[in-house]
Amino acid sequence: MNIFAATGNLTLDALRETGRVSIFAGQGALAWFSGPFYWRAFFGALVRIGFTSLPVVGLTAIFTGAALALNIYDGSLRFNAETFLPQILSVSIVRELGPVLAALMVAGRCSSAMAAEIGTMRVTEQVDAMSTLAVDPFKYLIAPRILATTLVLPLLVLTADIIGIYGGYLVSVYALDFAGPVYIQNISEFIEARDVVTGLIKAGVFGFLISVMGCYYGYTSSGGAQGVGSATRTAVVASAVVVLASNYLLTSLFVQV
Amino acid sequence: MAKTDMKISVRNLHKKLGPRQVLRGIDLDVAKGQSLVVIGGSGSGKSVMLKCIIGLMKADKGEVVVDGRNIARHTEADRRFMTKQSGMLFQGSALFDSLRIWENVAFRLLHAEKSSRKAAQKKAMECLAQVGLAPEVGDLTPSELSGGMQKRVSLARAIASDPQILFFDEPTTGLDPIMADVINNLIVERVKALGATAISITHDMASARKIADEIAMLYQGCIIWRGKPDEIGNSDNPMVDQFVNGRAEGPITMSVKHV
Ligand SMILES: Nc1ncnc2c1ncn2[C@@H]1O[C@H](COP(=O)(O)OP(=O)(O)O)[C@@H](O)[C@H]1O
Ligand SMILES: [Mg+2]
Repeated sequence: MNIFAATGNLTLDALRETGRVSIFAGQGALAWFSGPFYWRAFFGALVRIGFTSLPVVGLTAIFTGAALALNIYDGSLRFNAETFLPQILSVSIVRELGPVLAALMVAGRCSSAMAAEIGTMRVTEQVDAMSTLAVDPFKYLIAPRILATTLVLPLLVLTADIIGIYGGYLVSVYALDFAGPVYIQNISEFIEARDVVTGLIKAGVFGFLISVMGCYYGYTSSGGAQGVGSATRTAVVASAVVVLASNYLLTSLFVQV
Repeated sequence: MAKTDMKISVRNLHKKLGPRQVLRGIDLDVAKGQSLVVIGGSGSGKSVMLKCIIGLMKADKGEVVVDGRNIARHTEADRRFMTKQSGMLFQGSALFDSLRIWENVAFRLLHAEKSSRKAAQKKAMECLAQVGLAPEVGDLTPSELSGGMQKRVSLARAIASDPQILFFDEPTTGLDPIMADVINNLIVERVKALGATAISITHDMASARKIADEIAMLYQGCIIWRGKPDEIGNSDNPMVDQFVNGRAEGPITMSVKHV
């Protein structure tokens, strides 16, 4: 086979997969609006995805905020701009690091869990059994997870924003001799609603994409334990990649140069 | 027999999966209240056939007529029509492992028929009793049960909404002979009690003889023989003979590579 044919086939495969994922995402979202909505499954997903992700998202945020404070201080010293540390730190966290890091943590934790759960149900025929019991697996398994992740990720990101800024505060006040009240005042005067809101919109989009990836690769998995294993792996990699790629696209929409 | 007497009529059903033509023109009729058992070797397409009939897979060609309605086009309405009146026991039980046993049995009542949890639990306990399980089992999870108990729960789940059509995919495979016989008896008893029409799949001849009003044999994607259970011993069909007597030598060759 020549290299052009190979490249062409790869491209076609990628396009086909993108098409299938898009249709899946559309069906998942449509399922919110038609027929029964399974509240119990939705709240279960909300707790599993949101509540249990709090510790890991919090830890990520506080250490990142702390390290960021040191780096910004060191960098801005070179042109005597270290007093702007709180402003730079907060805008970096709220716009970029909070959404992206929280989304990556959730991608690792939750899209893999979704792919494994739904994939196991698929290969053990539990998904088929559900259909024969007159319950649409799309409505029972997919729609609640996608909706829950889309709604809960902005909340997690808001938490990550606050904890991340607090991490920066700890370092600034206890290691870099900033005055606590000044740090907080600088940030509250500087940060605009736009900064926070764009970050939260990003988070919602990331949540949607992460859960679509987890559900899609689980739902379409086949071939026993190995199939579920590779579905899980693909789901994590795919959701991390779409988070990073869509992050750039969204940022370029929000930041008009 | 006129077509209208039939609860289920399958005509010329074809299904290709990957490179393999699994079903090549299945014809089957099951009269109302009858129990048909389909036998055939592993991998001969028995499960695929059942999935095409119940609507979990879309057939490439052919008709599946239930109560005079062709459901092989596999539309949303067709599938609802079929699932509404049927129940299925899966080869691996397929219990929902994140739910308790009673929630498994009451799954349809809880999530498709919007019963109250209390009423659903009561009905689930009744169904568990009908398959010989104690009420305490209701609060366990599927992983805490043995294979035989899982099959019983799966049977209870399939009958919980009093279906008119029941499908059993290898209900006794992997069970010891005594437990297999218990399951067979339960199937016969429950199908009779519901007055249901049943299609079962098995490669266990004892089970087939016990639960069948009629037996059909699937080979290479076609039904090659059909008759009463007591006729199967002298069917004059070399392939049926070989299967019933379980011989490696004969017209049916398993593709086993000799080293
Ligand atoms: N989802 C599927 N995709 C591809 N091939 C399948 C699928 N399901 C079954 N097959 C193939 O179809 C054939 C029949 O399978 P099956 O109906 O499960 O056999 P059995 O008679 O043991 O129940 C097998 O060769 C199997 O490999
Ligand atoms: Mg099978």
